[in-house]
Amino acid sequence: MEGPPRRSLAASGQELVTDWGAVVIDGIVAIGDLGLFCMRTISWMLTRLPRRETLLPNFYQVGVMSLPVVALTGTFIGMVLAVQSYGQFRQLGLETRLGAVINMSLVRELGPVLAATMLAGRVGSAMAAELGTMRVTEQIDALSSMGANPIHYLVVPRFLACLFLIPTLTIMADFMGVVGGYFFTVEVLGIDKHHYWHNSEQFVGVFDLLSGIFKSFFFGAAIAMISCYRGFNCMPGAEGVGRAATAAFVYSFVLILMIDLFLGVMINAVYDTFWPEGVSLL
Amino acid sequence: MSDSSATTREQTPLVAVQDVHVTFGSQSVLRGVTLTVPRGQTLAIIGESGCGKTVLLKTIIGLVRPTTGLVRFDGYNLAELSDRELTRQRVRFGYVFQNAALFDSLTVGQNVAFPLRQQASESPSQIRELVFARLAEVGLPKSVISKKPAELSGGMRKRVGLARALIMNPELMLYDEPTTGLDPIMSDVINELMLRTRKQHDVTSIIVTHDMRTAHKVADRVVMIYPVGRLESAEPQLIFDGSPGELETCGDRRVLQFVRGEAGERLTEMQQTFSDRDL
Ligand SMILES: Nc1ncnc2c1ncn2[C@@H]1O[C@H](COP(=O)(O)OP(=O)(O)O)[C@@H](O)[C@H]1O
Ligand SMILES: [Mg+2]
Repeated sequence: MEGPPRRSLAASGQELVTDWGAVVIDGIVAIGDLGLFCMRTISWMLTRLPRRETLLPNFYQVGVMSLPVVALTGTFIGMVLAVQSYGQFRQLGLETRLGAVINMSLVRELGPVLAATMLAGRVGSAMAAELGTMRVTEQIDALSSMGANPIHYLVVPRFLACLFLIPTLTIMADFMGVVGGYFFTVEVLGIDKHHYWHNSEQFVGVFDLLSGIFKSFFFGAAIAMISCYRGFNCMPGAEGVGRAATAAFVYSFVLILMIDLFLGVMINAVYDTFWPEGVSLL
Repeated sequence: MSDSSATTREQTPLVAVQDVHVTFGSQSVLRGVTLTVPRGQTLAIIGESGCGKTVLLKTIIGLVRPTTGLVRFDGYNLAELSDRELTRQRVRFGYVFQNAALFDSLTVGQNVAFPLRQQASESPSQIRELVFARLAEVGLPKSVISKKPAELSGGMRKRVGLARALIMNPELMLYDEPTTGLDPIMSDVINELMLRTRKQHDVTSIIVTHDMRTAHKVADRVVMIYPVGRLESAEPQLIFDGSPGELETCGDRRVLQFVRGEAGERLTEMQQTFSDRDL
């Protein structure tokens, strides 16, 4: 397929141009396709909620089964933050302010992003592999042939589970992070407990906590849509399923970072309009 | 309903495939296929692996959209139906998938009951009765109902798939390679079940197979598909259409090779690739 405009562009280095052209076109087609997939999911979700017996197993898989890894992730982020900030803050003589910096980074940024990353690996890949297997073994076709809609039956419950449970798990990661950071700073590094909490309270507000949770709704939606889409469009064979699972994680992760940047800028703009004077650490 | 409209209904073929082309990317799988299946007929579609038999079957029930051309089921153009209407029409089909396509996460009982649950018109006890009846019909004991599909043998899975496809009393049964991968005895059991299904439920059937015994025993009509890649550009893709008895007396060498299971010129092609690689 060589249209006239591309041929004239391709006078020199045609190969490169056509290759890149193909990549760009494929990318645009894939994004359009994904957009359509999301719209169909949302329209089915609004038409009719899935039954309890299809919702519950998905909520269990996403919510309950992820608790241990998310708790572990949260605890370690808190402790690692303590280790990393301690040295530099001590040089400045600000080690009593550690609580502020640890808890602020945790609830605004690292808790939501790392919990979502962990869940993209645990939940996203599993969903892509499961739906991919169903595609490869014709179970998705079987659903349609028996008068069920695969998007309604398979995607909507997974989307709802991720949308509501990933923010919940993020709250839990935040909590465990606060506990981990406190434990390491106060019990191991020996910073005064009173100062630690006092500084945390002074600098970390409800806005910070909510902004992190707000972002995690978008992370949850992104993980669900990317993973289900990859599973639905799985290539044949065991290799196809493996690729779908890997791609689900990689694309979810990239999208999480992009959403994080975009929403971060937006949230800062909102913050600046409401609290223009800001709060200084010093 | 007046007499005249009743006869026109009888006369419309249940399935009419009109000049259907299916292309995946640059690969043409079906090219100008035209096929009508009258009510009550049992049609076998034969052809080598990869020639597009499954794709044709899926096009007939609207799982694959034709790139061009159209498929009519009982007069309805499937491409024009809304999602909701298509769902309603699909209840009139029963599709037995090649590897059964049972839902791994559900038990056998839940699998067989699945189409009924989607309609939600029967009570749970009625559903149970129907599931037992269908399983008995395909010769499976009541005890399988709580097993997971992974615990069953290939022949049992096929039969569960058949029971699931039959539970809505479909008018059209589609079988995708029902005997492939089964031992000769189990293959014959499946053949008998297909014959019995036809007698008891008065269905129209389309059987995709490359098992000649099935074609001879069960079908009243056989069509053979040939891969597009091996055809000249003007040749039709359906290279045989007739009764099973006519297969043996057919003048087309390609049909005879398939029926008798002879590699023919494929051997010389293989030789060619080997010597090409040596060079
Ligand atoms: N969804 C699809 N996407 C791309 N290619 C496909 C798809 N389904 C089938 N094909 C291709 O179409 C050809 C015919 O496949 P199929 O109908 O499954 O053959 P068979 O006659 O063995 O059932 C194969 O070459 C297969 O690779
Ligand atoms: Mg096939």
